[in-house]
Amino acid sequence: MNLLEIHDLTVQRGGKTVLNVPHLNLRSGETLAVIGPNGAGKSTLMLSIAQLLDGAQGEFHFRGERLRPRDALTFRRRIALVLQNPLLLDASVFDNVAVGLRFRRLPKDEIRRRVDFWLDRLGIAHLRDRAAHHLSGGEAQRANLARALAIEPDLLLLDEPFGALDAPTHARLLDDFHTLLSDTNISAVFVTHDQDEALLMGDRVAVIIAGELRQIGTPEAVFNTPADADVAAFVGVDAVLPGMVTGFENGCALVETGGLQLEAVGNAAPGQDVWFCLRPEDVTLWAGSGDLPLSSARNQLQGRVARLQRQGPVVRVEVACATPTGEYACTLAAFVTRPSALEMGLAVGKSVSLTFKASAVHLLPR
Amino acid sequence: MELIINGIVNAIKLLFSGDPEVLQITFLSLKVSGIATGLSLLVGLPLGTVLAFGQFRGREFWLSLINTGMALPPVVVGLGVSLTLWRSGPLGTLSLMYTQTAMVIAQFIIAAPVVTGLTVAALQQLDPRLHLQLLGLGASRWQSIWLLWREARLPLLAALMAGFGAVISEVGASMMVGGNLRYHTRVLTTAIVLENSKGNFDIAIALSVILLGLAYAVTLGLTWAQQRSVRRG
Repeated sequence: MNLLEIHDLTVQRGGKTVLNVPHLNLRSGETLAVIGPNGAGKSTLMLSIAQLLDGAQGEFHFRGERLRPRDALTFRRRIALVLQNPLLLDASVFDNVAVGLRFRRLPKDEIRRRVDFWLDRLGIAHLRDRAAHHLSGGEAQRANLARALAIEPDLLLLDEPFGALDAPTHARLLDDFHTLLSDTNISAVFVTHDQDEALLMGDRVAVIIAGELRQIGTPEAVFNTPADADVAAFVGVDAVLPGMVTGFENGCALVETGGLQLEAVGNAAPGQDVWFCLRPEDVTLWAGSGDLPLSSARNQLQGRVARLQRQGPVVRVEVACATPTGEYACTLAAFVTRPSALEMGLAVGKSVSLTFKASAVHLLPR
Repeated sequence: MELIINGIVNAIKLLFSGDPEVLQITFLSLKVSGIATGLSLLVGLPLGTVLAFGQFRGREFWLSLINTGMALPPVVVGLGVSLTLWRSGPLGTLSLMYTQTAMVIAQFIIAAPVVTGLTVAALQQLDPRLHLQLLGLGASRWQSIWLLWREARLPLLAALMAGFGAVISEVGASMMVGGNLRYHTRVLTTAIVLENSKGNFDIAIALSVILLGLAYAVTLGLTWAQQRSVRRG
């Protein structure tokens, strides 16, 4: 059953449409991760859902009932909003967590019970009487989450709640919160620009780019079969190359891109212009440029290392690929671990081969 | 030099004599300025909130008007109120000229822009998303505004102190609309001017000491309340 349904949502600023969502739904108990680059309109969507944006036009249905402007306060008392910055009040942690309950005029005993329960659940019971402004970033965000959860809302709206935390605190809190959401079965909309967060938290993922809802689906669908080139680029498909389908062979589409003839699994008609999308984690790198052992990878290319870039535990290797005649065709990237990079002696200018399976390629109409 | 020393000695004697007229003048000063400051708070706090958070046409114009009002010369206010309350003025029929009410009106006009302008500044220093956050936790507009005032209580107390300081120390408007009538509209500042012009420096010094003490006592109380909030925070 849909908890929330949005139809024809548009937000305009200065005569320009900054958000356009024809349809969006949230099922009961579901976490919908909303991803997109900075300034895409994610927070605008969040504030629109919270009925806090005056300029938002559209229909909102909550538990099947249409929301009218006069219902805004009643609706807001069934939800809780968590922003990136904890924005705690100049009061004790207890009073901060109790604030939403006091807005709802709950009895004092009930407030005390709920606040103590959620402080304990978020692991900050020992900070109950401390001044909120003396908390660390992680503690403050836990208090912020406790403040929202103590309301026991029908819908939790989270706008990049872990975006301002340092890496270890971020990882710990994200993990705890994921467990908590799974245990409580609270419906949530989780806005983030971090794809790992979206993959972990989202039962479904919605992608917003330039104010448009471009795709919504399971994390696997969005990350493996992006709807367009912009979504593909955002979800980490490193290479998005323009190409044309020249034919079919053994169930694989033959795609001509930059003078290279590549194979891909996909639905496209011969003569169709397509985007050829490939993730760096699907590319295997081989030292040297000689013949490669027989494998299931349908695509084999030669090239030279153009750039090496450390990215945490892996190295991103950009390879300038060459056509059979030796001309530069395109750049593809591969991820290798640091030990592999060392053992292969990777350096800029070194000749390498790369392979990838036809099934790793995602073709998008252009 | 002797004049000053004699003045101070006599002032001390006067201060400890419990002179009923001095007490009456002191009480009246506190009453008029207290009421004017209280009224300016009643108007300035909501008005400042609307100007700080409201989005409406002409907001900048009203803000600049308030900011100009913060530097309004008391004699100009006195003149304006006098012309309005004068027997032949627009509100002449109310017969308010040379009354304590007229003094409260004049002092209110002086204090209100100060309290309003500093309220705007106090609220605008808060994180602009705090209002949204409170609404997003289920606050009604009033619950949210009440908490925002509470969050800005330190600068709001400073606004109150500035408003009170502006009116307790002004003389021009009180003199013009109150007339410095003995037992009726004579306040500390107008009494000091009068005694100074008569050459009664000892009385003028005594009244000045009382005025300073009064201003200090009130601001001390507000400062104590303000700093108590800081310690608790």
